[in-house]
Amino acid sequence: MIGLAHAYALGGVFFATCAWFSGRDRSNPHRLRAATFWGLLALSFLGGDRLGDLGNGLLVAGLVTLATLGMGRSTQTTSTPEQRRAGAQRYGDRLFAIALIIPASTLAGTLVAKQTRWGARLIDPAQATLVSLVLGVLLACAVAQLWLRPSAPAAAGDAPSASGYLVPVREGRRLIETVGWAAILPQMLASLGAVFLASGVGKQVGQLFSEHLVLDTRLAAVAAYCVGMALFTMLMGNAFAAFPVMTAAVGLPVVVHRFGGSPAVVCAIGMLSGFCGTLMTPMAANFNVVPANLLELPDRDAAFNGVIRTQVPTALPLLASNILLMWWLAFR
Amino acid sequence: MSLLGMVVLVVGFLLRANPLLIVLAAALVTGMAAAWAPGTGVGTLVHAATSTLASFGRAYNANRYVSLVWVALAAIGMLERLGLQERARTWIASVRVATVGRLLAVYFVLRQLTAAVGLTSLGGQAQMVRPLIAPMADGAAEAQAGLLPDRVRNMVRAHCAAVDNIAVFFGEDIFVAIASILLIKGFMEQTGIVVQPFDLSRWAIPTALAALAIHGLRLARLDRTLRRMLERAEGSS
Repeated sequence: MIGLAHAYALGGVFFATCAWFSGRDRSNPHRLRAATFWGLLALSFLGGDRLGDLGNGLLVAGLVTLATLGMGRSTQTTSTPEQRRAGAQRYGDRLFAIALIIPASTLAGTLVAKQTRWGARLIDPAQATLVSLVLGVLLACAVAQLWLRPSAPAAAGDAPSASGYLVPVREGRRLIETVGWAAILPQMLASLGAVFLASGVGKQVGQLFSEHLVLDTRLAAVAAYCVGMALFTMLMGNAFAAFPVMTAAVGLPVVVHRFGGSPAVVCAIGMLSGFCGTLMTPMAANFNVVPANLLELPDRDAAFNGVIRTQVPTALPLLASNILLMWWLAFR
Repeated sequence: MSLLGMVVLVVGFLLRANPLLIVLAAALVTGMAAAWAPGTGVGTLVHAATSTLASFGRAYNANRYVSLVWVALAAIGMLERLGLQERARTWIASVRVATVGRLLAVYFVLRQLTAAVGLTSLGGQAQMVRPLIAPMADGAAEAQAGLLPDRVRNMVRAHCAAVDNIAVFFGEDIFVAIASILLIKGFMEQTGIVVQPFDLSRWAIPTALAALAIHGLRLARLDRTLRRMLERAEGSS
């Protein structure tokens, strides 16, 4: 059965190869730092379970130090615009077909692992989506090699060592360097959430919220709960972390128990109010910071980058709609 | 006292320090603040810091699956090298009626509908937006206006990322077996209230429609905004 361990091993090999290419990249003055960063990430994926808790903590400290010192930027180029235009013409819609292999096999693999008995023996159903994603990537690379035969005409200016099978990793390395240290920000924030949870930060925020607000009308209670969900989600970067805290502090005792709101309506719309907060915070790194890096926006390092500023004009009216919807629907 | 970590987070972001550094510092401060009391010795604080580092490390190791998605960049990068983005651009330019606003509106509806039936993996920033949606939006804008000024191009790209996020956030909760619905059900059961997943997903529909209306309205006006930005850019050059 293919499980998460295999997927991690493949991820480790990918990051190790990235480290190798980064270390040899003479266009980056800080190539050693970059190589060490990706190397540590490879170590985490390959041997994280054997490092122990403190060992993993020190590994994180190393990653943070390298990111803070700065990992430089690679200026190594890929194919030229002319080559790419020629490729687009030569391969046509086959490029779309191969790009869609990844989401399609993620979907198919997840369904097969969860719905069929033979699929569950092939792919670990508990981790079906991640394992299927990795399998989809491998499948897309293999199909591209066999169907397009891209390595046949050696592109001018290619390094002579660029054998066809290494192209995916070389290009993957180029893209992951455009993401840079932000690549591990979502994982770091998830870990911070665990530390916050263990030290009871959520309960304290909930207490502050319920002690200092006078909630004597339905609308005020609903508004406090929805706005609280959005604000606390902005702080934690995750509506899942905010939901138990805010619902225990305001949602259940005030909106449901005192005013008699329907639990299903209150919870469903409360969670979606948290999602409005997710749209407005740099703490939700995988949704807001990572795309700014992937799309190479110039303000990607700003606290409120272009993606967040584009989302706020939808998030705020939607939060207001949620308050009104809960007020209308919960007390019928 | 344990709210001190929260303060580190907010101040750090305002000072624009490296976010990874802020996150680790916030974790360490939270752990140390929890151990602190008047008259606490240095040794106790150091011990608190190392044990916080260890529990952070444990959580980091357990959350590796979050970073696994980057493996997809290998396939995306290879396809980009072969001309995927250029193909997306020329394809959209051949669709006469395509504008940035219409393209993003179609993607929004498709993404929301597929998420509503549980197909959240049919999309995503690395898998769909960077290789396909962003170059298509670029191509649609260029087909109408020629080469774009950077300011306009960046705004279009930010809109591509936003559409993917908003559509999936306010579509996925209509599906009964999504993580957030299961979290709500589990939490409510602990407090002694049984809610049916179907009821939760039913009450996600009004907000989903509101998101469609609000963002749809913005996308309907996007083409006009772009035209105005382009006219102003021409006028000033």
